[in-house]
Amino acid sequence: MDTGFIIEKFILVAVIFGISLVIAMYSTYAERKVAAYLQDRLGPDRAGPFGILQPLADGVKMFMKEEIIPSTSNKWLFIVGPGLALLCACIGTAVIPWGSPMEIGGKIVPLQVADINVGVLYIFGVVSLGVYGVMIGGWASNNKYSLLSAIRAASQNISYEIAMGLSIIALLLMTNTLSLKEIVDQQHGWRWNVLYQPLGFLIFMVCSFAETNRAPFDLPECETELIGGYHTEYSSMKLGFYLFAEYINMFVSSAVMATLYFGGYNYPGMDYMATLLGPTWAPLFGVGVFFVKIVFFIFFFMWVRWTIPRFRYDQLMNLGWKGLIPLAIANIIITGIVIAIIEKF
Amino acid sequence: MSTQVFYFVATLSIIFSLMVIFAKNPIHSVLYLILTFFTFTVHYVLLNAQFLAVVNFIVYMGAIMVLFLFVLMLLNLNKETEPVKSPLIKIVGVIAGCCLVVTLVGSFKAASINSPLILKNPGLGLVENLGKELFGPFLLPFELSSLLLLAAMVGAVLLSKRDEVEA
Repeated sequence: MDTGFIIEKFILVAVIFGISLVIAMYSTYAERKVAAYLQDRLGPDRAGPFGILQPLADGVKMFMKEEIIPSTSNKWLFIVGPGLALLCACIGTAVIPWGSPMEIGGKIVPLQVADINVGVLYIFGVVSLGVYGVMIGGWASNNKYSLLSAIRAASQNISYEIAMGLSIIALLLMTNTLSLKEIVDQQHGWRWNVLYQPLGFLIFMVCSFAETNRAPFDLPECETELIGGYHTEYSSMKLGFYLFAEYINMFVSSAVMATLYFGGYNYPGMDYMATLLGPTWAPLFGVGVFFVKIVFFIFFFMWVRWTIPRFRYDQLMNLGWKGLIPLAIANIIITGIVIAIIEKF
Repeated sequence: MSTQVFYFVATLSIIFSLMVIFAKNPIHSVLYLILTFFTFTVHYVLLNAQFLAVVNFIVYMGAIMVLFLFVLMLLNLNKETEPVKSPLIKIVGVIAGCCLVVTLVGSFKAASINSPLILKNPGLGLVENLGKELFGPFLLPFELSSLLLLAAMVGAVLLSKRDEVEA
């Protein structure tokens, strides 16, 4: 392992980390603007032109507020909770291929931090770990509403993880690999997986809404029943961490959806663009295309939030266990049969 | 390098497993158990068993321990409600513990691990090789264990259903 390799990876990690934080920051702004547009309002427009500095103002506010740790809470776990939530949200980006290998000064640099051969499962593991931040924080607050919210989050995550895993299995039957890089390369040009796995994509998308605790599955934050949910007792930047973690989770799941089903950095006519732009700029253009897809999915998350009302708890469980899981199993069986028939002839 | 990492992580595993036992609060016990499982994941990575590492991560840390935590949070675990254990149980526990120590010492002596274990096939833990092994030579035990899991699952559903009918 030479120093050049370490420096290269370090820069890549720093850039990705910075980008995810900036996107999370501006997601809060975009969320309010989208909400305003859908409800025929103006949205934030005071700080800077079009309110573009609003996230900065919010950040300053978060840092300046008084930090309150409830005296009856478990102090250590109260602090660990939000930290864990943010950590789990951030490490998901490590295996996502952001672009095809790029040539910088005669050196080929892969635009992916780690191409591990179980990339899909890694994402899955990180997602399943994300619930600990909510659970620990909710329990440590020593508040019954927080605890109820933590329990809701846990049961919701476990239920929807199953359907999510099953929908990925159908995809893996087709791709024959667990490496995200290979999955993306198989979708060269127009051969996006969503065209072969529309049902799988639908199930995966619904589950990622549930896993990120976004509306219509935001029962852990159901303010009419639970005050604020698991972060009722939190203030200042610890609350900021929880809110930030939600937006980073949204960014990561958008990136995963774009990678698995919408071709990642592939786009129609990419071979022509590669000859036109050369080995340095063509991959960068691919990264741009990837981010356009991600931004679309983030917008979709917000669009759904301001369109569909929240589920009731029994509806949520019914949809997960009696709707999505049988559907996902049927999808696996159909995919398996079709692949067997294709291989036969 | 790898040996030092192993000893470091192994020490951590032992410390965390001891903390599981010694922690007064059951929730803290579960959290230490999660950390213990995390160190196991690192062990699997060191053994080049990436698939096993990630599965351990997802299944044990991500699902089973969440359920443990879930159940413990619902229980009202106060000092007053905890039943006082009779001295008989304590004596039985001590005897059982001593038996375990004797067995462990005996097995270590029989195994006499002087040379470090060298994997015959370092790539065995990768997904492809593991799948070929499981669906080749080990197909029957693999399918049998899946049947066993299914039976357990159906049993659990049946047990909860029966309560509902009676009530």
